[in-house]
Amino acid sequence: MEDLINIIVTGVGGQGNIQASYIIASAAVKDGFYVSVGETYGAAQRGGSVTSHIRLSKGTEYGPLIPKGKAHIILGFEPVECLRTIGNFGNRQTKVIVNPRPVYPIDVLSGEAIYPAVEKVLEAIKELVNSVHVIEATELAKKAGDTILQNVVLIGCLAASEFTPIKMETFNAVIGELFFDKNLELNLKAFNMGAEEFKKIRPL
Amino acid sequence: MSQLDLNESGRRVLLMGNEAIARGALEAGVNFCSGYPGNPASEVVEALAKVAEKFNIYVEWSVNEIVALEASAAAAAAGLRSLTAMKNLGADVCSDFLMTVNLSGTKGGFVLVTGDDPSAHSTTTELDTRNYARFADIPLLEPSTAQEAKDMTKFAFEISEELGLICMVRTVTRLSHARGIVTLGPIPREKRTASFSSQDLWTSGSSSIACMFHSLLHEKMNRAQLKFEESRFNKYVGKENADFLIVTSGTGWLYSLEAVKLLGLEDIVGILKLGTTWPLPEKLVLKHLRHAKKVLFVEEIDPFLEQNVKMVASELLADGNVGPLKFYGKKSGHVRGEYGAGTGEIDVDVVIRALAEIMDLNYQSRNKEYQEKVSSAVGSVVPPRTMGFCAACPHRASFFAIKKALQWNGRDGIVTGDIGCYSLGLLPTGFSVAKTLHCMGASIGTANGFGKLAQFGLDKPVVAISGDSTFYHACIPALINAKWHNANILYVILDNNTTAMTGHQPHPGTGFDALGNPVPHIPIEDICRGIGVEVRIVDPFNVKEAVQNVYEMLKMNGTKVLIFRHECPLTEMEKEKKRPRVYVDQDKCIGDECGCVRFCTRVFKCPGNIWDSAKGKAKIDEAVCVGCSICSDLCPAKAIIVEEVT
Repeated sequence: MEDLINIIVTGVGGQGNIQASYIIASAAVKDGFYVSVGETYGAAQRGGSVTSHIRLSKGTEYGPLIPKGKAHIILGFEPVECLRTIGNFGNRQTKVIVNPRPVYPIDVLSGEAIYPAVEKVLEAIKELVNSVHVIEATELAKKAGDTILQNVVLIGCLAASEFTPIKMETFNAVIGELFFDKNLELNLKAFNMGAEEFKKIRPL
Repeated sequence: MSQLDLNESGRRVLLMGNEAIARGALEAGVNFCSGYPGNPASEVVEALAKVAEKFNIYVEWSVNEIVALEASAAAAAAGLRSLTAMKNLGADVCSDFLMTVNLSGTKGGFVLVTGDDPSAHSTTTELDTRNYARFADIPLLEPSTAQEAKDMTKFAFEISEELGLICMVRTVTRLSHARGIVTLGPIPREKRTASFSSQDLWTSGSSSIACMFHSLLHEKMNRAQLKFEESRFNKYVGKENADFLIVTSGTGWLYSLEAVKLLGLEDIVGILKLGTTWPLPEKLVLKHLRHAKKVLFVEEIDPFLEQNVKMVASELLADGNVGPLKFYGKKSGHVRGEYGAGTGEIDVDVVIRALAEIMDLNYQSRNKEYQEKVSSAVGSVVPPRTMGFCAACPHRASFFAIKKALQWNGRDGIVTGDIGCYSLGLLPTGFSVAKTLHCMGASIGTANGFGKLAQFGLDKPVVAISGDSTFYHACIPALINAKWHNANILYVILDNNTTAMTGHQPHPGTGFDALGNPVPHIPIEDICRGIGVEVRIVDPFNVKEAVQNVYEMLKMNGTKVLIFRHECPLTEMEKEKKRPRVYVDQDKCIGDECGCVRFCTRVFKCPGNIWDSAKGKAKIDEAVCVGCSICSDLCPAKAIIVEEVT
């Protein structure tokens, strides 16, 4: 069981997180892993939480759901969704990459719930896991050309982090197969921006 | 994003469970495919539609599941290989035909794929469709992995054709929407011709003929059972002759393996994994029961295996061939979700808890101190995230208009809801306007009753709400019934020109088919006017006109139809039109002094409208807003500015 790597991509419907999990999983397949991906997206386009579980192993196939407390890596597209996921799947060894930009739930917009200060959320995350890298993915994506590229920015961070054994060039190759023309150019730009940003910053 | 149509036998690819089912159908040489969209089964038909032209397959999105099953059955009766896919409640819709086509049989391989939704992630019930296989007495296969989803679908065609009997493949959300590695097989090049002549007879018969066919069905199922005894989809791992036996199927297989590993029980527990679950391979089950003292059942939703295995065991117990045996699972309460045994999804943790309780083991995924820390951190700061309509969704405007008009009307009108994105009309995002929700068509169906209760003292306006695809699927007979009996109903049809909830499949009103080819367009208004009801058509984004029309029609007697027509913003976005930039002029927004009680965020609740707490003014979230501009019309201070982008 030692070779098993459990990755969670978590965020809100519409942030491109399902595509992100597909890219990670495809890269892992290319690098010769057994891969299982579990996704909940009944609520994908309706503002609900969307979480993908990606499980890599050289030895055997695992089920699509990570057991409680067993995430090795969490890629958080949204700060409170990241903390919510840690609540179920985090542990002291978990490594976290998180985009600090909130997507406000309608419960917050309508005044029925309170969205905590982002610094407080990041602080809480830091207290619970091994390491936290905060990446302004939405802002970087905007610079790359479109906020929707935030998913590929975060993939770039994951690739540069070397938290997984998946090779940088494998991620590049998968993106190369998935997009064409101008879209490919934009996605590669976002991917590289994410990778460079990760190398630049220090964990919290 | 798929490698579904690769003709490279032996290649390992990553496929979604539903794509793997479609691939299995391709490898079986499927000729005909039909279905109605529904989570979690939609992608089976979608995947085949994408490769239909390449492989000369006929693929259709049918108007509903019973028509889908009937159409595929006819193709199979003519000797073709046919597949129909649907969600759990779809199996209910087609069950009428299923209960006769099991008797009349099939010539070509005929496969019914049903997608169950444990935990009801995107369904109104946790229905277990395996019961239909037992009910109709047809062979049932339950894949555990994407690889098996492919292989079992192919096998389902073969056994169906061999027996002359429809065969069912049951999947669940965690298989259908999971991705796994699949080793591809070859795609055959065989071309089939359909034949059905005046010499052919295809019927379940009635009276003595029906009984004869019923007896023939039993004979077919006996043959299926013999095959299943030898099936490679059933396997046993773990300690030989274990006295602690797990009997599992579907997703339970990998969950059980991991749970046993995590608890270090590999040398104690045996796992019997069954892929062919009806008819039960009794001899195989008995072989393992003979050595067992304790049996734990791990399966999704109902205690289906649990009951069937117990039935087999009871015969042996009577003969003194097995036992004493103790059974654990849903009946004993050991396998349980958040809401108790027989509810909710299972997962590795559910199996671990069951094993730990039975064996009196101590397992904690995280130590107590960490668990307390994490619970308090999450509990104290993480807000809930209730589902809501997308930014720019016309349903938000439609429910807003209905709410306003009902307030003006002041008679506490009853609003019945239906299945689709607009089911969220029960939630705050739809202003909690809708008060009922059941199955496809139940809005107008139940309105037929509510609209006839004046003589019993319930004299209120009744508003039924359904979407466009749902209208064609299940609402037309109920609308005819309403008109026939002059029921007092305002039927509001939210027409966004697509089947949005399940991923934007076409319907009879869209003018194109499953392959995207142009086909005749059947307008909703023509059907309603043909029935003889008054029809009005309004764009809900014209809020004033929308409210006015609902208000006026609420006062009219009899059955009326109001179509709220506005395209789904998600399909509109695909057209890559230039979207206007919407922003708040914070000099004009006067915040809480306005008296609008933060209309844009607190009342209208579009996720594109957010609150700038630092300035105490409204703001637009540019990562969410898609530029529909309706908030600009509704803002009393006219502070939301729409700027056309050139």
